[in-house]
Amino acid sequence: MKKEKYTKGNKYGMVIDLDKCIGCGICTIACASENNVSVLYDESDKTRNITWLQIYMVTNGKEFPETEVVYIPRPCMQCDNPPCVPVCPATATRKDPNTRIVSQIYTRCIGCRYCMAACPYHARYFNWFDPLFPEGMDRYLSPEVSPRMRGVVEKCTFCHHRLMRAKAKAYAEGRRDLKEDEYIPACVQACPTKAITFGDLNKPKHKVSKLIKSPYAFRLLERLNTEPKVYYMSTKNWVRRMADNYLEGEFK
Amino acid sequence: MDLALIPNGVQRCSLRTFVPWMVLWLVLIAWGLVSAFLCFYKGLNQTNMNHYFAFGLWIVFDLSVIALGAGAFFTGFLTHIIGEVFIYPFRENLKAIVNAAVVIGFICYSAAIAMLAVDIGQPLRGWFIFWHANVHSMLTEVSFCITAYLGVLTIEYLPLIFSNRKLKEIPEIDIFGNNLHHIVALFAAAGTFLSFFHQGSLGGMFGVLFGRPFAFREGFFIWPWTFFLFIHSSIAAGPSFTLLCVWIAQKATGKELVKRSVFTLLAKISGWLLATYIILKIVDTVAWAYGVVPRAGMSLTDFYQENYGIWLIIAEIGIFGIVPAIILITPKFRERNYLLIIGALMNVTGIVFNRFVFTIQTLAIPVMPFDKFMGYFPTWQEWGIAIGSIGYGILLFSLSYRYLPVFPQEAEMNPVEVLGKVVTDSGAIKRS
Repeated sequence: MKKEKYTKGNKYGMVIDLDKCIGCGICTIACASENNVSVLYDESDKTRNITWLQIYMVTNGKEFPETEVVYIPRPCMQCDNPPCVPVCPATATRKDPNTRIVSQIYTRCIGCRYCMAACPYHARYFNWFDPLFPEGMDRYLSPEVSPRMRGVVEKCTFCHHRLMRAKAKAYAEGRRDLKEDEYIPACVQACPTKAITFGDLNKPKHKVSKLIKSPYAFRLLERLNTEPKVYYMSTKNWVRRMADNYLEGEFK
Repeated sequence: MDLALIPNGVQRCSLRTFVPWMVLWLVLIAWGLVSAFLCFYKGLNQTNMNHYFAFGLWIVFDLSVIALGAGAFFTGFLTHIIGEVFIYPFRENLKAIVNAAVVIGFICYSAAIAMLAVDIGQPLRGWFIFWHANVHSMLTEVSFCITAYLGVLTIEYLPLIFSNRKLKEIPEIDIFGNNLHHIVALFAAAGTFLSFFHQGSLGGMFGVLFGRPFAFREGFFIWPWTFFLFIHSSIAAGPSFTLLCVWIAQKATGKELVKRSVFTLLAKISGWLLATYIILKIVDTVAWAYGVVPRAGMSLTDFYQENYGIWLIIAEIGIFGIVPAIILITPKFRERNYLLIIGALMNVTGIVFNRFVFTIQTLAIPVMPFDKFMGYFPTWQEWGIAIGSIGYGILLFSLSYRYLPVFPQEAEMNPVEVLGKVVTDSGAIKRS
């Protein structure tokens, strides 16, 4: 795995320990409710419903009793070399140079979906339908996050509004830097097994910076040079093998 | 009833025959309009596109008609630039077809832009591409160039419209049309420049997708090899498509509209361009298979699965690439009418295959090892808009043919006899 370079500014990233993930799905629910993700009339349509953080269930392909299962939560990879950003014709998505978070400007998105075609992780979602919040659910909408209209693309933002909130608080207290646990996305907060760790990859003392140095740390599709800032960890060889494409004999 | 509008020296079917012909295409257009209305009113959930297939039939159709419409810029380039600058022996032959090529080009580009307007999720924000333009996006370049080029095509189409008998009677329009006609070389040059870039950028759109090893290509400076291959393939297919359209018009009207030598010339140009394109395409495919693909940890078999099997590459390069190239570059083959048409049709089909593969197969292939191969089939609304565009094209071509002097050789090749006298192109009657 390539070594992280420490550069100026923040570089928010995440480490998901797959050995700890039990696939309960609470992270996806926390994500959806935190970010005003609407539902479909038919949520069973998994090719059109919106799940900023999707969980993939993957097996080692072996017969019982050797079957092993891993759950891979997949938020936006927040790539440092995002394939989606340069392709957008209307500059509706950008990587913040200060935080390295890839954002989406919903009111500027024209809905051409070129960014979706560019993303190999399927982390971008198009609103095929008008947003629907069943009766009662509308009262739980967060005022910090704008709901999206039909015909635009949306994606995980690392709960960017939480960063804004934490920064506002820090500024009010006369600080410019955030503490390690001051800004964490909703999925990190909700995970019951503490499988997800979040922090600044540019700060060597942050836990994430230490975790990514583990020999068990890896990223999805690293060979494509998208430079994801979401890392995974697993002690299992077959899980690490599953994270990327390898020709026969390439994976060691 | 509409005799006054029909060009001098040519014969057209009666209005009674023409109206039912038009109704047929209006039905297709109505299907397209209903589909477009549903997509605007209810959203793109009316299609079978989804998070996997962000692009569908419409993008395949757009890429295809833009490639096939390249006959307009390329014929204009050969006629007005190469023909003017150098002594081009076939200039007269090209002049016989250039009007038809412009009409076909106009149809292709206007249909493509209309379809794109339905395809974007927020059509009212379409202008954001120009206002918030991202100069790094190939799609921005495509949008700028096809919009500008449609303007050029309109300007190239106008002198033809103004040469309608009734419009010519208005002095201002006649003078304006003549003036436009005199500077048409300027617009041919502008059209060539714009087309070069948007045809290329359409290929570049896929070649830059470094997250999709199936589409990704290395290249020269900022342009992936697909940029150059798309330009090359479009100028190879464009003349063949023009040839096919004129041949269909000949069959529909039961008349010879251009001389056989025009067809031969188009086939020759198309054939040699296709032959060189196919060689480059094979080189590109081999370089990709031994470069990009293994570097991404994948093999060819990862890409060709389920409905999108290895047959696609055989069909695209072999059957609809090498075979038509051989037919069109071999004089004794292209001299036979049926082989000429089969060759042109196969050439056009091969380019459509190429655009299909880059759009649909790129999206069908899972990049994450634990993801799955997907399939896509359009809904009736998607078909409606695509087929409605074809209806629009035939309708506009029919109207142009009926009321405008699209084919300059027509009158000469089909003398009209009125009471034993021949009506000439200028409308004068001379004794036969």
